[in-house]
Amino acid sequence: MKSLKSRYNIDNWLTYGLVIFAYIVMRILIANGKVSFALQGQLVPITVYIVMAVSLNLTVGVLGELSLGHAGFMSVGAFSGAISATLLELSVRTTLPAWMRLALAMIIGGIVAGFFGFLIGIPVLRLEGDYLAIVTLAFGEIIKNVINVIYIGYDANGIRISTESANALNLGENGKIILSGPMGAIGITKISTFTAGFILILITLFIVLNLINSRAGRAIKAVRDNKIAAESVGISTWKYRMMAFVTSAALAGAAGALYALNYSTVVARKFDFNTSILVLVFVVLGRMGNIRGSIIAATVLTVLPELLRTFNEVRMLVYAVILILVMLVRNNTTLQHLYQRIVTKLRYDRPPAEEGDEA
Amino acid sequence: MTFLSYLISGISLGSIYAIIALGYTMVYGIAKMLNFAHGDVIMVGGYMSFMATTNFGWPPLLSVLFAMGVCTVLGILIEQLAYKPLRSAPSLAVLITAIGVSYFLQNAALLIWSPNPKSFTSVVLFDSVRLFDGKLIISGTTIVTIVACIIIIVALNTIVNKTKVGKAMRAVSEDKDVAQLMGISVNKTISITFAIGSALAAVAGVLLCSAYPILMPTTGAMPGIKAFTAAVFGGIGSIPGAFLGGILLGVIEILGKAYISTQLSDAIVFAVLIIILLVKPTGLLGKKVLVKV
Amino acid sequence: MNRTTTKTKMVPLPSQSIIPERDTAKTPILEVHRLGINFGGLVAVDDFNIAVGRTEICGLIGPNGAGKTTIFNLLTKVYKPTSGAILLDGKDTSNMNTVQINQAGIARTFQNIRLFPSLSVEDNVKIGLHNQVKYSMISGVLRLPVFFSSERRARERAMELLDIFDMTHLASHRAGSLPYGAQRRLEFIRALATNPKLLLLDEPAAGMNPSETEELMSNIEKIRDQFQIAIMLIEHDMRLVMGICEGIAVLNYGKIIAKGTPEEIQSNPLVIEAYLGKKNGRLSC
Repeated sequence: MKSLKSRYNIDNWLTYGLVIFAYIVMRILIANGKVSFALQGQLVPITVYIVMAVSLNLTVGVLGELSLGHAGFMSVGAFSGAISATLLELSVRTTLPAWMRLALAMIIGGIVAGFFGFLIGIPVLRLEGDYLAIVTLAFGEIIKNVINVIYIGYDANGIRISTESANALNLGENGKIILSGPMGAIGITKISTFTAGFILILITLFIVLNLINSRAGRAIKAVRDNKIAAESVGISTWKYRMMAFVTSAALAGAAGALYALNYSTVVARKFDFNTSILVLVFVVLGRMGNIRGSIIAATVLTVLPELLRTFNEVRMLVYAVILILVMLVRNNTTLQHLYQRIVTKLRYDRPPAEEGDEA
Repeated sequence: MTFLSYLISGISLGSIYAIIALGYTMVYGIAKMLNFAHGDVIMVGGYMSFMATTNFGWPPLLSVLFAMGVCTVLGILIEQLAYKPLRSAPSLAVLITAIGVSYFLQNAALLIWSPNPKSFTSVVLFDSVRLFDGKLIISGTTIVTIVACIIIIVALNTIVNKTKVGKAMRAVSEDKDVAQLMGISVNKTISITFAIGSALAAVAGVLLCSAYPILMPTTGAMPGIKAFTAAVFGGIGSIPGAFLGGILLGVIEILGKAYISTQLSDAIVFAVLIIILLVKPTGLLGKKVLVKV
Repeated sequence: MNRTTTKTKMVPLPSQSIIPERDTAKTPILEVHRLGINFGGLVAVDDFNIAVGRTEICGLIGPNGAGKTTIFNLLTKVYKPTSGAILLDGKDTSNMNTVQINQAGIARTFQNIRLFPSLSVEDNVKIGLHNQVKYSMISGVLRLPVFFSSERRARERAMELLDIFDMTHLASHRAGSLPYGAQRRLEFIRALATNPKLLLLDEPAAGMNPSETEELMSNIEKIRDQFQIAIMLIEHDMRLVMGICEGIAVLNYGKIIAKGTPEEIQSNPLVIEAYLGKKNGRLSC
């Protein structure tokens, strides 16, 4: 009897292998000058969106709850990461090397976003289904609104914070505004690199895949499949829902920090509902619960518009149609039979019982 | 006096929320789904009315009827094409589909009408009313909005409680399967619900654009989500609840904007949603549902 | 039925037991005093008193809608009782929730099967072992040695349990793809995996043919003997109930109308009336 575990392992190594292979190929292509400038500019965002998609998949695919505020956690991570990176640069006398500042910023972004995930999770995880989705959306909007009224500056006297205006910071000579309300975080030193993104993807995969295939991951999936049954066998639904939610938020925060440090300015508007939906499209198209699918979908859907310029105008429209069609095909019984027949023909070596974890 | 004028504009905005919330609350009560695209039907209604008056030169009232007609057809189409095939699917799939539809409408509008805002001329031609020696000015649009809201609520309450269609709606909302067994066409009832909700969304769209005359493809999104908040506030599935929730939310939003912070007014509205869901998830006028094990 | 029990007195009275002569000096595993619940005025269960011995197999029977499953939901705190007390192994459970009840020793199956359908049969049992084989989330993510040793132990235990019902060959199948009977058996195994002191089975024989029921009956007795646990079951199949239950309680309109041995129940006029209406006759097996 072939155990499921060995199949999980093969599946996981395939995912790691795919990411490492893609990274090496890209490195070779860049070294030979085969990658266009535009595409090179997309490399960090691609890694960011992969991490976003994989982490959202933990909530949507594995936990089975729809979060519409994932960009909110990205935002928290982006701003806390950008602020801490700038502060590290300004305040520490012997300036740390860039990679260390980037690593610290991502860790801080992850921790702060994870903490927000916990705070928001307390009310949100008392709800489920549609209500949970709409409340996560609400939190995403609240985060966006709140960041828009915060001003942070730094001068010889230390950090100054205001909710009025940049002038109200009363910065001394050589003072620097770090966060300027609706103008966002400004004066960021661009320190994000493709390699840092690649490492973040590997760490994300390590955490998410190992979590899914462990005792805690089984408990999370049990809660998704049937809450009452999970409680009846002594599993605290609150604990495991929170675990998935916070992990997902922390990873989104680290991705946010990486994203912010790839630009000289970053505004809260960037992390709105549309970004949450974009990441959701990656997850749905890559198949909910399927981590490798999320990676491929995030990559293809970020690269494709770069390659097909004309496609850009109808891009969002096409995404919307994809979202609807995928849902109809996967959930309508008539269409499902048809789909199943095609899939079995294409992958005759894999019987349907081994399709893995879909929601 | 300023407080009074804020209060009145709050009630006016709340009336629009209430009309939109009716669409949410009826669909949620009967089809048990959050029709995320409802807000975007409002936007389509706005554009239809705009096209009718600006491009075709039709009179305002006719443009409203035209918008209602188009939105009714659109609502039924959305239901038939996107939601009906998913009647027995998990709610997560239905919600994602609804988000897809919402996104589709927004981006289709973007391609058709471009992202540039259109300036909407109010369909209300009445003059403003001046009270207290001109200290309090109430615009014609405000009056029409509030009156329209009251008429709609009364009419809808009558339909749901007094007519045969209304009885079918109540039966389907109580138990779909049993209603089917009693010879009620569930599909037809759900279609009618979507038709009514979408026609109301068109009215709300026209009123919204008359009061806030900037029309964009994303015009409906935020009011849509806020109106859903209003529906939850009042108690999902309840028509008087939608009215009460809408008015209260409108007043909270305007007063929050006036006395607390303009930039945080959306955050205040959403904070209300979160508090309501935690303290009284069934809303002000909703009823408790027991989960059967 | 004794109605003189007061709420303050938690010492088991002989009359609580389904069959009084079985009452020994040892405390029963489960004692229920004057349990009741009403749903918005509707009294679903009222003045329910029962005591179950440590290795007793007892049955809860009654017409449809009598409140049998509600009793299970009250015992496992899926519903919060409006009155009464539940003592598990002599300890008050009034402040416990569903999760704590399971950890304290009550496991159950559901009338409308509630498995984890998208997960494998093996994982379903391993989820039942959640509180038996423990390691932290961190050791799981970091793949510390304790992860591998615990997972091996969980796997061995899961296979042992599956073997009771000859289901080891199904271990890698999706639970949702199993036939109905196998799903019922898997739910039974999953409940057993939580190492309960009292197992509640809600219509374990539903949808089974006579030979499958026969097998189930011997399995229930086998499990009781092997694990030394008490089993309380709800069942409509009278052959099963009369065949393996040592004590039976009959419920009608949320109240116990009779308690006793299978023989006593079969000849009880109140029971016959509840099942067959006002007619002379004997409850057939």
